[in-house]
Amino acid sequence: MTQANNWDQYPDANGRFGHFGGRFVAETLMPNILALNDAYEATKKDAEFQKELDGYLKHFVGRPSPLYFAERLTEHYNGAKIYFKREELNHTGAHKINNCMGQILLAMRMGKTRIIAETGAGQHGVATATVCARFGLPCVVYMGAKDVERQSPNVFRMRLLGAEVRPVNSGTATLKDAMNEALRDWVSNPDDTFYIIGTAAGPHPYPAMVRDFQSVIGKETKVQLQEMEGRLPDAVVACIGGGSNALGIFHPFLADETVKLIGVEAAGEGLDTDKHAAAIRGGRPGVLHGNRTYLLQDADGQITDAHSISAGLDYPGVGPELSFLNDVKRATYLSATDNDALEAFQLCAKLEGILPALESAHALARIGEIAQDIGKGGIVVMNLSGRGDKDIFTIAKALGSDIGG
Amino acid sequence: MPVSRISNAFEKAKNENRAALVLYTMAGDPTPEISQQVIDALAKNGADVLELGFAFSDPMADGPSIQKAAIRALDNKMTLAKTLEIAKNFRAKNSQTALVMMGYLNPIESMGYDKFAKAANEAGVDGMIVVDAPPEEDLELRTALDAQDIALIRLATPTTDAKRLPKVIEGVKGFVYYVSVAGVTGGKAIDTDAIKDKVAKVRDAAGLPVAIGFGIRSEQAAFDTAQLADGVVIGAALVDTVFEAFQNKQDCAKIAGEYAAKMHKAAIKEN
Repeated sequence: MTQANNWDQYPDANGRFGHFGGRFVAETLMPNILALNDAYEATKKDAEFQKELDGYLKHFVGRPSPLYFAERLTEHYNGAKIYFKREELNHTGAHKINNCMGQILLAMRMGKTRIIAETGAGQHGVATATVCARFGLPCVVYMGAKDVERQSPNVFRMRLLGAEVRPVNSGTATLKDAMNEALRDWVSNPDDTFYIIGTAAGPHPYPAMVRDFQSVIGKETKVQLQEMEGRLPDAVVACIGGGSNALGIFHPFLADETVKLIGVEAAGEGLDTDKHAAAIRGGRPGVLHGNRTYLLQDADGQITDAHSISAGLDYPGVGPELSFLNDVKRATYLSATDNDALEAFQLCAKLEGILPALESAHALARIGEIAQDIGKGGIVVMNLSGRGDKDIFTIAKALGSDIGG
Repeated sequence: MPVSRISNAFEKAKNENRAALVLYTMAGDPTPEISQQVIDALAKNGADVLELGFAFSDPMADGPSIQKAAIRALDNKMTLAKTLEIAKNFRAKNSQTALVMMGYLNPIESMGYDKFAKAANEAGVDGMIVVDAPPEEDLELRTALDAQDIALIRLATPTTDAKRLPKVIEGVKGFVYYVSVAGVTGGKAIDTDAIKDKVAKVRDAAGLPVAIGFGIRSEQAAFDTAQLADGVVIGAALVDTVFEAFQNKQDCAKIAGEYAAKMHKAAIKEN
């Protein structure tokens, strides 16, 4: 373990989390990235900004989200008490809007008049379209053509909210290509456009900024659990795509080193196949989308296709801070396959009356063994980052049911 | 030799009262064999500097033409090592034309900076342009290239302001690549009037030749650009021309050669 309780020093002034992070972007974007960093740093010291953000989080997003004791799931596994942080109850149905609200307020402070975003499962796209509608800014969302197809309800929602959804056919037509296309848009429109990145990845300051806006999840969890149980949890668990929901709940617990931080990556059809999305457990460090981090790549440094039944986890990289937490051993990473997630989804639906997003179902798939490992008397909190309504067609198909759509 | 080969190429063009012709192709596109023939033909027909693209799966600063060329190259099983082989084969036949490789950082990082720089030197590569390695992030690359006397060429853009320019040109060798428009390769058309003053400032500050690229598709645009630049870079338009010839089952090398000769003539200085 590195020097304890000194986690606030990351990232450094150059956006580095140890060896990871940085600002690997084309020169056209560098002035933008630097200006964004200055503007973001200014908001941190600006009580008015925080007050405005808190107001919208309370009255528009519906925060604080509940911390819920999953009693029947706890009984089922017969181990530590399982709590859910109910981010799926936020407006728009996932944690994504916490960050979008922060970034759009920042965009308006910077005088930007046009918003772009990338999306995988569509949750970040919907959240971005929502805040753009709320504040009256035009919004373009880039989405891989494959994701447009498998997440059609979210595509329709974005359009209802007035956003333009641009399907991206290049490359693998998924989240990474949507991000490439959004970066191309930004390179072409550097003056008026603000790029709302949805995950704790990309060039500095995005990984730190997204983490900070999402940290409301962990901060609330800490207070709520203190009220309910009078102590810290033994473990905090979250699924890992890019890492925004994971860092959001992990970060406020970094200095509490008795709290285990456990990320669950998407193992797709299995880590021993080439169809998975586990960048940390199945990849190695490299440079993509503006940061150095763990990536799925071949021997030549070409990025390889990720695979997951969950569109939101179908990304060949991971946020740089999660890579760093892996290397310094502050967080541990497990994985769950498509089938594991489907089983966990069904169990949660039947035992708790909650349809979790397929993303969150990956974390659920490991929660039983984590709870048993900690044992009775212990407490584990899982970030239930999104709701599963958007996934019902995918799940029906996987389970062999025909529900149309 | 490597850095001076670039300087000599610009010097020669200047003495002939024209802008140096800098031509970009993607290594391995449309096939590795044809790619080799094409760069030979470009050099024989008036290219002063060859930019040899090395494919990357996620070319975030490139427009559709070069994106597709990268996908074709990767489909042809091109790698960074095979791109170096193409460079080496070229250098065995040609000791004059400057050869610069252009692409993204990850394949280089994957190979290892020192190993790559050494192999590039052995292959006769004179300079490197790495799109996603701004000055803040290129120390390892720069150190490795310096040790092999390979020029690190950086991009200056319309968004590079006076405050940032010194950082961008620090440690640059060979030439500065001025990106004419805020955009991706092959996108918006160049507007030479809009960038004239900025180009002069970059040249004065760097004390190096400035080549201008992005958005140059016609002979007229090449001519207009030559009036304010020391070099004219053409990429996407050439990539499209060669690929069209390939699809039409024409002689790609011959057509590439004719294209180079045409642009060489177009890029003359007015007086």
